[in-house]
Amino acid sequence: MRSAIRSLFVGVVAAGLACSPAVAQQKLKIGFITTLSGPQGVIGEDMKNSVELALDMLGRKVGGLDTEVIYGDDQVKPDVGKQLADEMLKKHQVDFVSGIIWSNVMLAVAPTVTDAGKLMIGTNAGPHQLAGKECNERFFSTSWQNDQTPEAMGKYMSDQGITDVYVMAPNYAAGKDMVTGFKRYFKGKIVDEVYTKLGQADYQAEISQLRSKNPKAVFVFYPGGMGIQFMRQYAQAGLRQTVPLYSVYTADELSLPAVKEAALGQFETRFWSPDLKVPANEKFVAYYRKKHGKSPSFYGAQSYDGIMLIDSAVRAVKGNLKDQKGMIAAMRKANFDSVRGKFTYNVNHIPIQNFYLLRVVKGPADVPDMAIQKAVFENHRDSYYKECGMKW
Amino acid sequence: MNLVLLLEQTLNGLQLGVMLFLMAAGLTLVFGIMNLVNLAHGSLYMVGAYLSVALFNLTGSYPLAVLLALAGTLAVGMIVELVALRTLYERDHLDQVLATFGLILFFNELVAILWGRAALYTTMPAWLSGQLELFAGVRYPTYRAAIIVVGVAVAVLLWYVVTRTRLGMLIRAGASNRTMVAALGVNIRLLYTVVFGFGAALAGLAGLMAGPIYTVQPGMGEDVLIEVFVVIVIGGIGSIRGALAGALIVGMVDTLGRAFLKPILATVLSPTAAESAGPALASMLIYLLMAAVLAVRPAGLFPARG
Repeated sequence: MRSAIRSLFVGVVAAGLACSPAVAQQKLKIGFITTLSGPQGVIGEDMKNSVELALDMLGRKVGGLDTEVIYGDDQVKPDVGKQLADEMLKKHQVDFVSGIIWSNVMLAVAPTVTDAGKLMIGTNAGPHQLAGKECNERFFSTSWQNDQTPEAMGKYMSDQGITDVYVMAPNYAAGKDMVTGFKRYFKGKIVDEVYTKLGQADYQAEISQLRSKNPKAVFVFYPGGMGIQFMRQYAQAGLRQTVPLYSVYTADELSLPAVKEAALGQFETRFWSPDLKVPANEKFVAYYRKKHGKSPSFYGAQSYDGIMLIDSAVRAVKGNLKDQKGMIAAMRKANFDSVRGKFTYNVNHIPIQNFYLLRVVKGPADVPDMAIQKAVFENHRDSYYKECGMKW
Repeated sequence: MNLVLLLEQTLNGLQLGVMLFLMAAGLTLVFGIMNLVNLAHGSLYMVGAYLSVALFNLTGSYPLAVLLALAGTLAVGMIVELVALRTLYERDHLDQVLATFGLILFFNELVAILWGRAALYTTMPAWLSGQLELFAGVRYPTYRAAIIVVGVAVAVLLWYVVTRTRLGMLIRAGASNRTMVAALGVNIRLLYTVVFGFGAALAGLAGLMAGPIYTVQPGMGEDVLIEVFVVIVIGGIGSIRGALAGALIVGMVDTLGRAFLKPILATVLSPTAAESAGPALASMLIYLLMAAVLAVRPAGLFPARG
């Protein structure tokens, strides 16, 4: 009788286990929003490649848990990004939302995720609102605050005693932010400040104006296709040899294959570069080059770090995803092998990190390389953290 | 603002104008003769650019790549007309807009599948890559000067074909009264295919010339398409003369506006006001111009006789 009850009991338990295997093993779900279609889809492709590469390195187990990453294509539209975040939160019940290239999309998605009580790991856009007044304990960035990179360029050019600088950027929010960041640290004379239409293809009229003003140097912010066009036309106008070009987010691993020799000699500032001598970075870049036959971009590097940050958080709470406080506390330590090397988080969850001067140089392949020249800032804080009232 | 700079900017305006004209000529004929709103005209521009890059990499000869790319775009245009657009002539404009928008998506994905999403590397032959010294102090990129020469040559050729040949007579007649042309026994279907093919080749020519200065990537045709629509509305739909005038006006107004509006505004407004109003107004200028033209001459500057 006793053994009959025991076997009945065992049978019930076994049946119960068979019905709900999830109880025994938790699964981690990450929603990753980026741009996968249209001309900007090339950025999303690089981010996705890097996320997949991070998953490969972790044996497809982030924080020791079976992991599913759900990708979403925001089409560069804030409303689409918000819809994707809603769908990921409600339908897929994700634990983390990550990614986001564009600042305007980020401003729509981040509050959606944090208000739903989930964690948001931004891997590119760094609008000043999220670093300042709208900072949130559930929001972390593995990139930077928008102003930091042009601040580094402003600092470098000032230190070099460069003056008579001609400034150009597209006429939209980020364009103005970049120039504001640049001017915060640049103390020399600015000859003229020119804003062009967002998405403009032809810069010949502006280049003629530029030449007539005889500047000593030019500072620009032209991301994506605009950068390819501007750099080509700048070289075609014969200015490459006469007026040095300094830029942010213009010459990168995505635009160089299209511009090649026309970009040689250009200066950029950045928090990272493929040639940064950090073991985690050397491993990442070598694996990426082997798998995809080209260099990763900074977009990819940040996305790789995003997965590694999540891995460190889930590991710290031993896979107990309900312990959000524990995960936040773990992420604040930035306790993982970042491709930028060891860094710390500021109170607003934006990295305090180094910024380097890079130059486009001839490499062994026919696509030029970005090579680090020197560090401009060490452990640089963003300019908005004092407006963030978060207490750790 | 000195005279040399003004001359240089005029050349820039002329260069932008002839590029717009190459696009507008095909679009306005298709619109005028077949009464078809073809949003996919920008895709043919993209096809021209991609074909020239691929063929240059394949053959290593620039003139050969240009010729083959032109022939290729002509063929692509004719196939698109035969397969897809033929069924749309009798439908209303909304159906045409939807269908040709579908073609845009189709072509963008097709080039992304064939060549990838990343922008392609393009180059120009060494003999076109320097700068010309027009006279002391004015240096102008050789390639852009070549674009002006090609554009003007094509405009003259088109003028000859349209006004002096039998094909041109049929095109003009078709733009004025299609039903009558068909009633007189002209094979209007064949005429449509030929006109569409040549319009496509002109767009392809604009695309392959744009390749080395702009970005060759999926969706590159959409930005230019909007300006081209402005051109044909200003010039008068269906009129080649109108397309030429509209293109040159838009090219000049856009270039000179971008270059000189801010300094001019700064003389009447405060520098900060000019700083913010200048770029905003310069990017709106061609649309303001279009609105003004439509208010005074609703059919455009040179309407095709109907």
